[in-house]
Amino acid sequence: MATAKKATHFPNFDRGGEPAERMHPLKELTKRLTETYGPPGNEQLIREVIREEIKSIADEIRVDALGNLIARKKGSGGAVPRKKVMLAAHMDEIGVIVTHVDEKGFLRFATLGGVRPITLFGHRCRFANGVSGIFGREKKDAKPTDVEMDKLFIDVGAREAKDVPVGVGDAAGFWRDFADLGDRMIAKAMDDRIGCVALIEVMRQLKKSPHDLYFVYTVQEEVGLRGATTSAYGVQPDLALAVDVTDTGDTPESTPMAVALGKGPAIKVKDSGMLAHPAVKELLVNVAQEAKIPYQLEVLVGGTTDAMAMQTTREGVPAGVVSIPTRYVHTPSEMVDMNDVQNAVKLLVNVLSNPIKLD
Amino acid sequence: MLLEKLSNARGVSGNEAEVREILIDTVKSRVDAYRVDSIGNLITFKKARGARRAALKVMLAAHMDEVGLLIVHHDSNGHLRFRKVGGIDDRVLLSKVVLIGKDKIPGVIGVKPIHLLKEKERDEIIDFESMTIDIGAKNKEEAQSAVNIGDYATFATEFATLDSGLAKGKALDDRAGCTVLAEILKRDYPFDLYGVFTVQEEVGLRGARVAAFAVEPDVAFALEGTVCDDSPKKKDVSPTTRLGEGPAITIADRSFIADKRLVDLLIETARENRIPYQIKQPMVGGTDAGRIHITKEGIPSVAVAVPTRYIHTPVSLFDLKDFENTVALMTKALPRLRAFSI
Repeated sequence: MATAKKATHFPNFDRGGEPAERMHPLKELTKRLTETYGPPGNEQLIREVIREEIKSIADEIRVDALGNLIARKKGSGGAVPRKKVMLAAHMDEIGVIVTHVDEKGFLRFATLGGVRPITLFGHRCRFANGVSGIFGREKKDAKPTDVEMDKLFIDVGAREAKDVPVGVGDAAGFWRDFADLGDRMIAKAMDDRIGCVALIEVMRQLKKSPHDLYFVYTVQEEVGLRGATTSAYGVQPDLALAVDVTDTGDTPESTPMAVALGKGPAIKVKDSGMLAHPAVKELLVNVAQEAKIPYQLEVLVGGTTDAMAMQTTREGVPAGVVSIPTRYVHTPSEMVDMNDVQNAVKLLVNVLSNPIKLD
Repeated sequence: MLLEKLSNARGVSGNEAEVREILIDTVKSRVDAYRVDSIGNLITFKKARGARRAALKVMLAAHMDEVGLLIVHHDSNGHLRFRKVGGIDDRVLLSKVVLIGKDKIPGVIGVKPIHLLKEKERDEIIDFESMTIDIGAKNKEEAQSAVNIGDYATFATEFATLDSGLAKGKALDDRAGCTVLAEILKRDYPFDLYGVFTVQEEVGLRGARVAAFAVEPDVAFALEGTVCDDSPKKKDVSPTTRLGEGPAITIADRSFIADKRLVDLLIETARENRIPYQIKQPMVGGTDAGRIHITKEGIPSVAVAVPTRYIHTPVSLFDLKDFENTVALMTKALPRLRAFSI
């Protein structure tokens, strides 16, 4: 396990002519992935960024009918019992889709995935063509605290409708740049680009595996696990693992939850869409204990992951989730701890390097 | 006129036989083969024809079922209690005539006359559980001999065309789509075409789910009669679709995100052939494409619809021009799929 760089408070701050420290490669990758555009159904740009990262380390790469990026790493064989393992992280991020352009050039929108109005007002979004906009709100007849979805609009700075450089059906994601806080990082779309980062890193670090591995970067998770539904059917795995973010209970007056930032990857026991297969959960726990990797057990009250869809494909697949604890999920600024990411990678590499027995 | 026959036919979700029989009679001479599957979908097949054929399997889906009512109880006074099948706003039910069961027993969803309404009742919305259907039975026994628990009821609306070029009728969602599909099947295409008339769309896209699994197409189109709310609004906000402005193409709705290549194919076809078209307001409603596109390893899908006012009520309205333009768009667009690579 690589040790995290010592935390400095303003690592990117220009310190009077000193050469800027080069960012940790994992942070660079996180920055590149999180700053890329990719609302549900619009994953073409992020798919190409990820493809570029993995094309030299995969044995086969294909894109299926829905747009999932499926990368295979063939196993070295030998081990009994050998498994076909599917690992999934979703490429899409929550976003909005334009429903109407009014005469003055303001855009009305609907949501793609779990976007709450409180996270929008005053924030920026960006479209596939690079056009930026800001979420404004109707103020007349509204209290300062009222933020209702149908009273919000997007302002792209147009003078009238014909100047608007996007149209009905175009999707936008949040626009924020990556911030390096030392151990911790803030970015939009950590959900689930940090999962994609982890999978890429696992592909890189994994020297040898007896198993046939399918690393699947899925589409349309945020609108109903749609990419995982079709890719799991296609891959037909013996074991399925999702890598996704989960909530934490470690902020002031938060909803109680026994997961905290920096205490290791969370091994899913249950969420609102699935119960992790007990043998998969045990496997992850045992490997973490043996390798002395810190971990937490996760029970998530609201939300689910691609593992739900993978678990119920065809005749059913034993499935589990390695979660990256994340604060402020589904807001424009989501925070994760790099140590948790590195430990998640280490856990997965250890699991995949050895024979897997599920009882 | 097929549209008239289909609109008047009765086929609440799970009970689509009457609609299916009309469609079998209509399309059997237009297709190479047809079958009815275990859940009741009518699956028709047309072999690829022409000189330059493509190794492509295309599925077109339109649902036969309509929203309606299901009888669940006989009251002691001979009135009938019911449940809704599919999405119906309780407010459209009161004071409507319905036809119940095979024998089309007429009944009225009764309502208290205004003379007897208390002041506060005038502002109340009555929910369907407080409503009853009155078939004129004197008592429970008489009602039981006329109507069985589990009988379906449909709205007693007769189809008619209006001088304005509009048509009114019940169940245009999705008998409009069924009629479009039947028209499409009149022609030959350079690929294998499966025209599927599905069941139980209104209760959860159930027919499309099993049909798509069996057909396993490369590309799918859902044909619909979709929401139209083009009455004047106070604010400058979008209607879902507008009557008379051509077929509505879906980019994304609550059930799926359309394949961009198919959306582009439809828009380019419309532009080149000067067929009017509109983009349906995103994220409203859902169609059979919602199930079809996630079948097996995924199927690129899109939905095309005839804008229809007042759907999911006893009577809806659409413009026959939109219907004709939907047929025109689809018959022009389909042959261009030859160049479609997945």
